[in-house]
Amino acid sequence: MSEQLLNTSAHAPGSANASRRTPDGEPDAPAIGDWLHIECDGSVVVYTGKVEVGQHIRTSLAQVVAEELRLPVGAIQLVMADTDRTPFDMGTFGSLTTPTISYRLRQVAAATRLLLRDLAANRLGVEPHELVVADGRVTHAPTGRTCGFGELTQGRRLTETYAGAPITSPDQWTVAGTEVQPVEGLSIVSGVQRYTPDLTLPGMLAGAVLRPPSFGATLVSLDARAAQALPGVTVIREGDFVGVTAPDRHTALRARDLLLAEWTVIEQLPSTQLFDYLRSNPAGAEDAPRPPLPLHHEQGQVEAACAGAELTFAQTYSVAYIAHAPLEPRAALADWTSGRLTVWTGTQRPFGVRGELSEAFQMPEQSIRVIVPDTGSAYGGKHTGEAAIEAARLARTAQVPVKLIWTREEEFTWAYFRPAGVIDIVSGVQADGTLICWEFHNYNSGAAGIHTPYDVPNQRIAFHPTLSPLRQGAYRALAATANHFARETHMDEIARALGVDPLTYRLKQLKDERLRAVLEAAAERFGWERAAHEPGCGNGIAAGTEKGSYVATCAEIAVDRTSGEVRVVRVVQAFECGAIINPTALRSQVEGAVVQGLGGALFEAIAFEGGRISTNRFSSYRVPRFADMPVIEVLLLDRKDLASAGGGETPMIGIAPAIGNAIFDATGVRLRSMPLVPAGVLQVD
Amino acid sequence: MLESVSCTVNGLETSVTAGPDVSLLSVLREQLDLTGPKIGCAEGSCGACTVLVDGELVRACVTPLAAIAGRHVLTIEGLALDQQLHPLQRAFLDTVAFQCGYCTPGMIMAATALLSHHPDPDQDMIVRFMQGNICRCGMYARIVRAIRQAAAELRAGKGVGDEP
Repeated sequence: MSEQLLNTSAHAPGSANASRRTPDGEPDAPAIGDWLHIECDGSVVVYTGKVEVGQHIRTSLAQVVAEELRLPVGAIQLVMADTDRTPFDMGTFGSLTTPTISYRLRQVAAATRLLLRDLAANRLGVEPHELVVADGRVTHAPTGRTCGFGELTQGRRLTETYAGAPITSPDQWTVAGTEVQPVEGLSIVSGVQRYTPDLTLPGMLAGAVLRPPSFGATLVSLDARAAQALPGVTVIREGDFVGVTAPDRHTALRARDLLLAEWTVIEQLPSTQLFDYLRSNPAGAEDAPRPPLPLHHEQGQVEAACAGAELTFAQTYSVAYIAHAPLEPRAALADWTSGRLTVWTGTQRPFGVRGELSEAFQMPEQSIRVIVPDTGSAYGGKHTGEAAIEAARLARTAQVPVKLIWTREEEFTWAYFRPAGVIDIVSGVQADGTLICWEFHNYNSGAAGIHTPYDVPNQRIAFHPTLSPLRQGAYRALAATANHFARETHMDEIARALGVDPLTYRLKQLKDERLRAVLEAAAERFGWERAAHEPGCGNGIAAGTEKGSYVATCAEIAVDRTSGEVRVVRVVQAFECGAIINPTALRSQVEGAVVQGLGGALFEAIAFEGGRISTNRFSSYRVPRFADMPVIEVLLLDRKDLASAGGGETPMIGIAPAIGNAIFDATGVRLRSMPLVPAGVLQVD
Repeated sequence: MLESVSCTVNGLETSVTAGPDVSLLSVLREQLDLTGPKIGCAEGSCGACTVLVDGELVRACVTPLAAIAGRHVLTIEGLALDQQLHPLQRAFLDTVAFQCGYCTPGMIMAATALLSHHPDPDQDMIVRFMQGNICRCGMYARIVRAIRQAAAELRAGKGVGDEP
């Protein structure tokens, strides 16, 4: 049995019932003890429903708590993402951990510090203001008398409220705001970190699930004799669900492949017809699952302004479906043997997955426990609980724990994708180049980052939900990537048509000081003004803001004139998200976002036909690798005077337009569809 | 159908029994509980399962068990000696060359193979050698830095088992 599994039955002070939800779903757990516990030995345990997926939030959250309790980071232990032990949490997404939970934990820890001080004052018979909290003790400096945290609270649940506790201002930080290495680093480099696919339970079986040959296919008949004949194999059929259990994964997958199934397939759209389809198939209220809400923003007189414009521009942009392709595939270990259902699974929404299990098995949520081990990444792709439900279904019949690990083909086919989309932009400028009208229509990809930060008096901005031939969902930065690609490409097109430097043109119609600051910082470091223009080389710039943070990206690219191969040579990215809590983690997020964004910018795309994904392996779906790496320079602007915002998503929205604009600079070819060079080379007619 | 194979895994002589088409990765993970090598792609194209066999880089997911008979397998779990991290492990820690860490064992093992053949690899050589390992979190630049740092340490004689 793995260490994680043994640890989960440890002491749990805050029962799940102690936490309630506010109407908007945020946790409303008002007592310190809902979030933080001090053991008798003075060690501090913090409880949060957030998950660690590589953003090093386990470390950054420990930092803010340590800061308020005047402790070193190593003194704080976090219990994360366990529905029995942590307060309710909506999920780890939307760059929300820092502005919501991190802020809340700062208040909780600050209130705890004041509480400890008051308790010590009582015990020592002195005034609270004479006491100093440091190194896990509260000390009366004049007399040297001192009490340890554990002595003062005796392991009791801290029922006191934390509301209104004054938190330490970022300019006073000594632990938060500093470089701290990830706390799980040693486990990771030693190879002992156990992710869901690595967990074991005594008597556990391996599972596998039969998939239809194409989307929408229904099962007609099943011959399971050959599969059943393998030693230790059981075939489980419940309606259209067919799965197997076996003593090991190899046998489970072999048994699944021996299942003889007949299917009725239905006609499906090929990816070559995707963009026409999106434009002509608006989603109706009846479409399931719930389509996202449309958006319509209207300001000024768009038609009149465009009619009076000196120059108008009309262009269409598009983005493909892409896959998250987390290296850890979806996986779950399900166990019914304790009389309840316990599922270990890598998901961003432990409480959401508990809800899905509750619905699937028609049982109350209190009878279900979901535990999320630190997970091998997610990028918005692990919101749902398919593997959890499938493993639980197999385990219920098998009556022993079952572990299911999706294959790479399943991960590429039966998960969900970043939405594809089409974006139409019409703009108009006055004789001096001033932007006076802006009409922006996004079909399907989403509304995130859809509003322009530039000053335009007349604007119409709309998001139109459509039907989607593929299952789609959240993806790191959501539609901010598509909307910034379209907008920042279009801005570049206007500047170039006017013969104005693209940076100058942007700054001319930009009042937002924070966005100006990142643009100017990136341009200066990049050497935008002095940037050389060797043949076949080009420079591009792009900027944007989303979720309270600001990014500007400069890219230098080179095009091989014989092969047409496009290489990104250098990227300079400036990023600002208020007061930085952990610069180590943030710099890593910004670098990683650039790299991941580079894949979607250049070559990542899901191809499909006949209801099958043809890019269903790493050998057919290209992701960024070592050889694709540019030199990446990251500039972090630390604004201690501003509230901390999340930094996991927005750093990826600038890279695609910066690269596209650089390709235009190098070649005069304007690319308006992501990925820009799907075959890795520029095709010039 | 079952065959018994004797080999050395992380310095321990061992004998495992499995079908002929069972991969080394399955045996390491499910029979020996060595889960440092990860399940990633099952086609040898992501590098998450990388181990060393007689010092050579091997993708355990596409290596049949029979291929390791009588040979020495080294996984990430066997890399540190006497509780001392290998210089590559230290360098990955120092440079924070990981986010989620799922690719890290495979990265470190591939880099171990690289450094055993090329004690002073330049950027191009590292990139070419490591091309088969995916870090979806995009920590490539840091991994290159970590490899160069470890290479320098190893060349300076600050190897495994030495005092820091």
